[in-house]
This record gives sequence, structure tokens and C-alpha cells, in this order.
Amino acid sequence: MKENIVILKKIIVPQVERQGLIETRERKDTGGRMGDGKKDARTRRYPMKKGKVTRSKFKKSASMGRAYLEGKRNTIRESLKATRSVGKQTIHLIVNGQPYELKIGNEPNEIDPSHTLAHTLRETLGLTGTKVSCDNGACGCCTVLMDNKAVLSCMTLTVECDGKEITTIEGLKDPKTEKIDPLQQAFIDYTAFQCGFCTPGIIMSAKALLHENPSPTEEDVKEALSGNFCRCISHYQVVKAVMAASRVGR
Amino acid sequence: MNNAYRYIGKAMPRKDAMDIVTGGARFLNDIKMLNMLYGKVLRSPHPHALIKRIDKSKAEQLEGVEAVLTWEDVPDWRGGTPRYTRILDQKVRYVGDAVALVAAKSEKIARQALGLIDVEYEVLPAVFEMEEALKPDAPQLYDEFPGNVVTPGMPFFGPKSLKEVAMGDVEKGFQEADVITEGTFGYENIPNPLPPEAPGAIAVWEKPNKVTLWVSNQASYMDKITLFHAMGRKVEVRSIGGPCGGSYGSKFMSWQVQCYAALLSRATGKPVKLIFTKEEHLAAFTMRIASRMKARVGMKKDGTVTAVSGTWLIDTGYYSMTTQSQVAVGCGEVQIAVRCPNWDLKPVIVCTNRNASGIVRGFGGQELKCTLIPLLSLAMEKLDIDPFQFLKKNFVKPGDGYFWRDGIWYTYRGVDYSKAMEKGAEQFGWKEKWKGWLKPTAVDGTKRRGIGVGVHGNADIGEDASEANVRLHPDGTAMLFSCVTEHGTGQRTNFVKMVAEVLQLPIERVSVTPSDSLINPYEFGPAGSRGTYAIGSAAIAAAEDARRKLFELMAPMLQADPSELDTGEGLVFVKSHPEKKIPWRAMSVDRTITGYGRFEPDYTLTNCMMTFVEVEVDTESGKVTLQGIVNATDVGQVIDPPGLEGQLNGCLGSGGIDSALFEETILDRSDGHILNANMIDYKWRTFSELPPIDNVVFETPFPSHRFHAVGVGEIATSPGPVAVLMAVSNAIGVWLHEYPATPERVLKALGKIRSGARKGGAL
Repeated sequence: MKENIVILKKIIVPQVERQGLIETRERKDTGGRMGDGKKDARTRRYPMKKGKVTRSKFKKSASMGRAYLEGKRNTIRESLKATRSVGKQTIHLIVNGQPYELKIGNEPNEIDPSHTLAHTLRETLGLTGTKVSCDNGACGCCTVLMDNKAVLSCMTLTVECDGKEITTIEGLKDPKTEKIDPLQQAFIDYTAFQCGFCTPGIIMSAKALLHENPSPTEEDVKEALSGNFCRCISHYQVVKAVMAASRVGR
Repeated sequence: MNNAYRYIGKAMPRKDAMDIVTGGARFLNDIKMLNMLYGKVLRSPHPHALIKRIDKSKAEQLEGVEAVLTWEDVPDWRGGTPRYTRILDQKVRYVGDAVALVAAKSEKIARQALGLIDVEYEVLPAVFEMEEALKPDAPQLYDEFPGNVVTPGMPFFGPKSLKEVAMGDVEKGFQEADVITEGTFGYENIPNPLPPEAPGAIAVWEKPNKVTLWVSNQASYMDKITLFHAMGRKVEVRSIGGPCGGSYGSKFMSWQVQCYAALLSRATGKPVKLIFTKEEHLAAFTMRIASRMKARVGMKKDGTVTAVSGTWLIDTGYYSMTTQSQVAVGCGEVQIAVRCPNWDLKPVIVCTNRNASGIVRGFGGQELKCTLIPLLSLAMEKLDIDPFQFLKKNFVKPGDGYFWRDGIWYTYRGVDYSKAMEKGAEQFGWKEKWKGWLKPTAVDGTKRRGIGVGVHGNADIGEDASEANVRLHPDGTAMLFSCVTEHGTGQRTNFVKMVAEVLQLPIERVSVTPSDSLINPYEFGPAGSRGTYAIGSAAIAAAEDARRKLFELMAPMLQADPSELDTGEGLVFVKSHPEKKIPWRAMSVDRTITGYGRFEPDYTLTNCMMTFVEVEVDTESGKVTLQGIVNATDVGQVIDPPGLEGQLNGCLGSGGIDSALFEETILDRSDGHILNANMIDYKWRTFSELPPIDNVVFETPFPSHRFHAVGVGEIATSPGPVAVLMAVSNAIGVWLHEYPATPERVLKALGKIRSGARKGGAL
């Protein structure tokens, strides 16, 4: 996949969409009303039902997700102003140990400021192991590690990731021996998946937990994975697998 | 689970396990093609309208846009049962109905183009409520469905396709009853099965009339058949299924998204990928049917049901593709769960201006029982009958019978599930916990506990036909040709296990073909719980046929009769003289041997699952917490222990038990918009709230399968929801009859808040 990447030496200021940077972000807001392409205030107004399931780790409320994104937009505006002023138009990333220098722009293989990290990983770098499900920060499918911490790559803009080290599901194996991570092996041993679509995100969340806490309790595991959606209900087998992997690490 | 088998019943890694845990599994959206375009759908903001005019010129002029299609541009492709729903129509019938299709060089351009299409609508009055839709002056969705009543019957099930449950003499039955109860009960919260992977398709059209589709589904061969008819019987369809990121039934019928991609590829001559957004998935792809029953039941003191009479209203949304089949199967399933000689239950399928209902695990029977068991419970309460004893007594027993989906009476010849049910009750502690109707199991201050039970059985374990080939190669490997996708059950590996068991080959020497309709024989697909018995039997028969042909070929070389031969490890040997052996390669390197197997439908068997639940209700906040679940079943023979565990744990998700606790699609019944079409507002169970689940699994051999097994996965979701309402009612001491049991409804039932506080949602 590396050969697809434009390695840049020349600095080119992007000419397009400077005004509309944010409006062209590669995603649609939640709560859009079907068909009119506009935001729907009612979805936001719809009250979170008392006593219902909470996703304690991340999703405090729908409006918070929106505020989060709004905050991000401001950050990007500022950071882009800053990069322009210093003329910096590339992003440096280390993905699965491989350094990348990516040009900001609108051409194929460039990083549009509206691109999410999930988009860059999947569409630009060809790392399709990272899955996108809700594309809205709710389900955890797209979880990757940024400097060993779990982040939602569908809620992270690539232009924010300059200098970061990203690990995806493809990067968990030992680069020399090609041996898979004990955590991945435990998922195989415990058949800790059914359809397998949410599995990469779950494994990455679990990996982040084990980085932080190599000897978690079952409750720690459940809490760490509380932002990960699994519809087949493989949760029980996942918890067993993560606990088994943590024992290997002890 | 001790047995003499080499693979059957043994836990082993799934064939696709390494791909799944390393990110190597190529799901639909992971596929890219040269010159591939991206498709998007413009959707209606109105629940019911006529398109007066569409101006697509601006969209067409946008750089990167390669096609914009409206109802005026497309052939008369139609789906639905009967086929009255055009792929793009001048009339839109729900908020989200397709108005135009766009193909462009990027998703971003395609999305921009949607905003440039100018549509003038003549807005029509809409109807969102079944009983309103049935009124004489109601807005009419289709000329072909007068009164908004969908034509009953499923042609695929034959001329007598089951349309109702009618037998015996209900008046006589009511006269024999000790108690008669009646009422109206609903299961109308239309939960979404919500697989993590959104529906989609990639299409490559070849002139003049061929299309190849890459799909996310359960049954690629059925796509070929469904699309052949939808596309006017003029197009040759090839469907290639890869790993499917969840379906729970829903993606079995993906004809619309597949047709959108095909139309755009046809218009552009390029590959087109069209994947729904999660919002489209929730608001414009299928959900559960809504079910409402107005009925009377008669019951004797001993728990014998003497009569069931009433009307079952089914809201299918703006059209029906499979609702008639769900009604047929549901009507069959209700007879399996409730033995009664006198029935007069009339289903009416109604169209309303909301998103369509479609296939979900439970397939009609879950929806029907979620409304019938509450009514039966009222009678049980009056007669002080224990619901566990009632459900055990009334579940089908060998020698009993039922009218199945084809309208034909079948006599059940499977196992008696009472033993599994009793073991489940024991595991759960039913006897100790049951205190009588509307009586809590325990009270601790404001916290009250209650228990409930439900049951479900489906005679679909042997439904529909399956075909398979097994090809033996001289290098001592075998390949199963079966048009089955892996949608989470692990069945692709299980069929390989069955073939490896028959041929006594190391499992790594047996592979299975991609789910490609071009290379595989007919296969209905792993729908319902038919995988193990129906598909498995076809694979086994194909392996046995190949083995027989192998022996016929090798017998002269071993100077023996074919009947004296056996095979193992890629060798053929004489049973009485195992030292007399030759490797498969003796068949010659320029030869393969192909065996063929077919399964003929068999409706004389049903699976069964009984689910016990215990809940704790906080009477101050109204919150209901699941304290524990016990599932009890008998599968004849476990094929794959961890896979079975996963399927049974699936009782919570995909519109199952949680549809009685918090899952619902919120439809604004004033304007037809779905208010929670995102995964924050649509509630789902998280890792931090996992109740303990015990799965009690019996293995009473079913003689008609070579390994004595039947499937059970599909029905895991079905017995639970009604059990939850029962448990909540018992905990709080008053009946709660609405799904889901939200804190608001619990507090309302307790008289702590006034009704009518909530707008929208299920009634």
C-alpha cells in the first residue's frame, strides 16, 4: 500500500475549499432529516430516556457528540491557520510502525482536511481492517490506537494526527515473526466473535486496556469495552478471551 | 459432549478466525475496483407524495457525476409480494423512499449531487396507524391494495400458502372453557435488527443484460432468483457473497440496494458501490413487523386451551416483500407453541406510510407470540396456572400436528422437549421463585424482583431445498460447493466439519467455495435455523455420494467390492484389511470426483427454545434490570459448542429480549420521520450491562440427520421479550402490556406518573 502514497518534498498550499473547509467534511451530521439534507433539531431535542442503557465510557449524550465535533472544527480551523502561516502542508504519521508523509489536498491519495482518520486508513492507506459502522462515534467499530490509547477513528480528523503513532488491527502482529498478538490468539481460541465485523474495534479497545492495565478485572474489561457495539452478542466470549490474554501477559 | 466423532461436537477454531482477528476478512465495503463509482440515494422528505417534476440538470453538470437516475429513467423493475413496488416510482410512500440515484467518482461528489436535484412534490395525506389505514376514507398507498390491505399469501410457499389459523369449532371451544379472556395486545416498537455492517452492494453490469453483484447477505443463490424476477426476468444475475457483517435475517432481502447499484452500473458502464449510511440503515432499510392482536381465548382449569379467535393486524410499513411469509410461518409456529383444537385467527397485513418491515430472527412467530402470550397469561392468572407448566404442557409433542406455511398438515415426529424445559426450570430455580401471578419473587425496599418465561419453536429447521457438491481431488483434499455466506453463525466451518467427518480427512484439507451463485448449485441459504439440518444434510449427502463414487473407482485397484472399502486421511483401504490401501491420487492426477447432495424440505420437525428471565424493577426510577437468563433447548447433537453458545447468547440482541427492555424505533406519527435513526438514540446493550446467561442444551438424537443434529440459532431472540413483560408484571404486581418496558411505562403502570406524557413512539 505504501506505493500509493505521495511522498512530498514540495510545499503546495491547497487552493480549493479554503473557505468551506468545514462544510465539506466527509460526514453527515447525526440527526439529519431524511431527504432534506438539513440538520434536524428534533433528534437532538428527543430526550435521552431515563434509566436506559448508557455508554458510560464515551457517549454521554447525543448533543455532546455534536459539541465535540463542533469543538474539533474550531481546533482544525486554528490548526490550519497555524499550518498555513508556517507553510506546513504535510502530515506525518507512523502507522503500524511505518512512517508516512502525507500531503494535504484534494487530489486522490492526499489528505483532505475533512477526512477522518478512518477514511485515511481505509481509503488512502488501504488498511481496511479498521471497520466503520455508525460513522458517528457511537459504536466503537473504528477504534484504533493513537500513541497506545484507544481513539475512534471516525471521530478523529487526520489533519489532527500529525506526529502521532497509529496502530490498527493489521499492526498487532509481530513485524518480525508475523506472529499474531496473544490477544488475537485468545479471540480465536474462545471464538470471541460471530459475524466479526465489530471484532477489530473490540480487539483494539481491549489492547488499549491491556497497555494501561495488564491485569484487569472482568469489570475493568467490561468498562473498557462499553463503547463497543456487538449485535451478535459475543460479549461473554470476548470478556473470557480478554481475561485469558491478560493472564498470558501476567 | 463426549462422542466418538472426530470433529462433530468438538470446539475448534473457525476457518475464518484468523482473517477476522487480523482485519483480513474482506467485507463488502473493503472491496475496491478500478474506475469504481460511488452511488447515493436521494430520499423523500415526505411520507406520501407524488413527484410532479424532477430537475436533475444541475446535478448532472457537477464534475465527477456520471449518472443521475429518476423514476423516468429506469426500467420497470418491481419487487414486493405481489410485485407492485417499483424500484423508483413517481409516488413516494415513506420518509426515506428513493427518489433518485446518483453515481459519481467519490462519495462526496455523489452527496453534493443529491443536493442539486430539484424535486417538486405534491404532498399527499399519509397514514401511520394500522386501524386508521383500514378506514374507508384513509389515504391509499397503492391502487393494487384497496383499503391498504396487502394481498395475503406467499406464492413461493405454494397454492395453499398459510394465510390464517382456522380449524375446529371455536364456539364449541369457548363453551368448553372454564375461563375466557379477551383483549388487544401489541408488539409495535419495530426494533431494528441493526447489524453493524450497513446494507450495500457493488454491481458490474455487462451489456446487454448481465450483472455481477458483490453483496453482503445470507443467500447469494436466492439473490439471483429474487433479482431475476425483480428485474423483469430479463437479466442474468450473478451474486457473490463474502463475509457478512451481521444480518439476523434482514439482509436476506436486499433487492433494492442491489438494484440501485445495478441500475447505476447499467447507466455508467462502470462498477458502482452503494453502501447505506447508518441513518439510511435505520430509517430506510427493513425493521421488524409491528404486531397487534385483538383476540379471545378459552382455557380449562388444567391449562388446556380450548379456543383462540381474533384478528392479528400486521403493519408492514410501505410495502411487503416477505411479510406474508412471516405471517404464514408465524401462524405455523403459534400452533407449535400452543396446542389447541379450535382456532379462528385471521391475520390482516396493512400498509402504512413508514419504512418497510422485513425479515428479522423470530420471523413472524416472535411477533405473534409477543401479543398472544399476554392474553393467555390473563387466563392463566384467573385459573392460577403456572406459566412454565402451561407452556411445557402446550408445546408440540410427538404425534401432535400443525398446519405449516404451505397450508399442509404435518405430524410432528421430533423429540419431546419437556425434559430440556424441566432442566431449564431447575437451573433457573423456577419452582422456588414462582410465587403466583402478579406476585414478586422478592421485595427489597423499592427494588422488586419478578420472573417470566417464554417459548418458541420453528418447523423451519428442515424448510426449503438445499443442494451441494463435494469434489475430491487426487492430492487428498476436498472442496464443498455450497452457496452459503458466513453471517456469524460459523456454519461455513460446520459444513466443512460435516464433510471432513464423512470423509475422515484432516479439517485443513477440506475447504468451501465462495458463496458465488455462478459456481454453486441451488441453495436457499442459512435462513431461520435450517443450516444444520437442511444445508448440513445436503453437504453430507454430497460427501457420501463422492465417497461412494471414489470407492467404485478404486475397488478394482484394491481387488475388492466398493462396499468393503473405507477412506481416511486421503487413503482408500479395505475395511477388513486396513493394510491394503491406496492414496486418493491413484484416481489419477487428471481426475476429480464430484458427489452431489440434495435436501428435500421436511416440515415434520421443529426446534424449541424456552427462556426464563428474572428482572429487578426499581419502583422509584422505573428502571428494569435483567438479573439472569436461562435458555433451555435440545439440539440433538452439538456441532460447534462455542458457536452454539454465541447464537444462544444472541437472545439479547438483534431485536430480541432487549426489544422488551429498551429497544425501539421511534416514529413520529405526525409526520412519519424516524427520530432515532442513529446509534446514540437507538439504544443497544453494552458490555457494562451483561446479565448472567445460562444455556441448558440437551442432546437427544434426531434420527433424520446423519449426526442427529438440528439448528436452533435463529429462535434465540424469540421467547425472551414476552418473558420480560411477564417478569416485570409479576415484579410490580400490575400488568404491563407494552413493549418495551421503559421506566416511563413502568411508572405509569405503577400510577406514579400520568399517561399521555409521551409523544410519538409505539402506542
